[in-house]
Amino acid sequence: MADFVPQFVSNWIDWGLAVFYSLPEWVQYLTVTTWKILFVLIAVILIVAFSTYFERKVIGSMQARVGPNRVGPLGLGQPFADVIKLLIKEVVVPSQSSRFLFVIAPLLSLIPALATWAVIPLNDWYVIADINAGLLYVLALTSVGVYGIILAGWSTNSKYALLGAMRSAAQIVAYEIAMGFALVGVLMASGSLNLGDIVMAQTGGFSQWFLFPLFPLFVVYWISGVAETNRAPFDVAEGESEIVAGFHVEYSGVAFAIFFLAEYANMVLISTLTAIFFLGGWASPFEGLAFLAPLSDIPIIGLLVTGGLHWLFFKMCMFMYTFFWFRATFPRYRYDQIMRLGWKVFIPVTIVWITVEGAMAWFQVGPWSGLGA
Amino acid sequence: MFQSVLFYVFAIVLLGAASGVVFSRNPVHSVMFLVLTFFQSAVLWLMAEAEFLAIVLVLVYVGAVMVLFLFVVMMLEVNIEAAKRGLTRYAPLGIGVALLMVIELVQLIWLRSQGVTGTSGFAATPEGYNNTKALGAVLYTEHVYAFEIAAVILLLAIIAAITLTMRKRPGIKVQDIAAQVAVRAKDRVRIVKMDAEKKQ
Repeated sequence: MADFVPQFVSNWIDWGLAVFYSLPEWVQYLTVTTWKILFVLIAVILIVAFSTYFERKVIGSMQARVGPNRVGPLGLGQPFADVIKLLIKEVVVPSQSSRFLFVIAPLLSLIPALATWAVIPLNDWYVIADINAGLLYVLALTSVGVYGIILAGWSTNSKYALLGAMRSAAQIVAYEIAMGFALVGVLMASGSLNLGDIVMAQTGGFSQWFLFPLFPLFVVYWISGVAETNRAPFDVAEGESEIVAGFHVEYSGVAFAIFFLAEYANMVLISTLTAIFFLGGWASPFEGLAFLAPLSDIPIIGLLVTGGLHWLFFKMCMFMYTFFWFRATFPRYRYDQIMRLGWKVFIPVTIVWITVEGAMAWFQVGPWSGLGA
Repeated sequence: MFQSVLFYVFAIVLLGAASGVVFSRNPVHSVMFLVLTFFQSAVLWLMAEAEFLAIVLVLVYVGAVMVLFLFVVMMLEVNIEAAKRGLTRYAPLGIGVALLMVIELVQLIWLRSQGVTGTSGFAATPEGYNNTKALGAVLYTEHVYAFEIAAVILLLAIIAAITLTMRKRPGIKVQDIAAQVAVRAKDRVRIVKMDAEKKQ
């Protein structure tokens, strides 16, 4: 124990550790995993809360407005005020709706968005479940998220909601294919489906990032990710100028809050995944540069050189910012244009680039130079 | 012990969901029960340490096939009365298939009880065993022809489905993106030079 900790506190800590290690192994495992899950969940929900605030601030500044500035210093209390407002509002269930599905639909859209975090490596040791088929797990869960939207649209028993659900379902199914193909490229480059291994394959400075050899796939993945989350300019599922609010037109109070949470959780997830697949995840861009190596011992500046959660967070924030940027700048796509972009542009681009990657692997250039086979 | 308790819990939910598919009156509820059934079977496969198959089951069936199913079922007006009349007509066939499956299952269980083990059931896999890698190693070497033939058949099915729905309709308005992009200002705007009007 360090000197500045009083004796009785360190005694308590020793006692606590002794009790912990005397427990059966599975209880230890369960405790640790539960804490890991709780930490990730709370972190994601806090990020979601503040990203709603930052979205309004960012869009506000782009439109030369102030944005929220009334609740707390700089308006930082705004997300909590919004949450409390939504929590105390009445949840109205339409009388002609399919009640059970109506209630369960928001949860079905939120759970996949949160469950995907199980396989995401936050740094070199913090991952809840280090499974080999991690990338497939991510794909499987993101594809399940569409049920919440479809069921919400259908169970509401309203034409607007059904139209929104239809649009959203077709859009998500279309863009999932392009996303999956883009990830085929990532797994060709890393040689692994494990997200931890994918990050490890990109350590050693930003020249190792898959962003450069797989640039077209990165663009396709990122835009498909924006389309998957139903965000502007692909937000036809809730296009308020045509179908009021789309699939969540009849949702109010907590039920709406959960949809909102799911949408933002998905945005955070897609941002993090893009960072992991193409920007080296938690790896630092300045690793492996010899002249920067001495910096790693200095307390704060050293964090620049060493990889860790802070880099993942920073990269995630960068992509979150582009989400807001898109929303402030682009007009909404027309529905047929969305379909055209997904099927006729993105899928051919990914297929061509996978072929190019095959050639690159054959001639051992880029990330495949070390194969030596 | 814990594992078998889990197995029975999941198996019971699986059977419940599977009967829900058949017994629920609303077709959308049926589809959702089917989704639950797929999920439960994926969980059972996970317990058998077939993680690749489990995740692919969720990815392909739950994530893609059932979404399209739900899509179609939601759009169709299903006539329950007509479906009920069909029930008695197709009942003998259904019962026949069900009987066949029961016989097969009983045979399988009987064989197992005799101590005949065809494959090593839920055998524990060695440490560091990678399900996905193992499958890939076999799929792309030993079974590569079967794999490729399956791929070609699927491609054929896609092309066939597209050709069935492709019909030329006269007077249809289609956007030509290339032409739109290639448009220049002088194609659309005509600048007319004219003298300034005289002061009245």
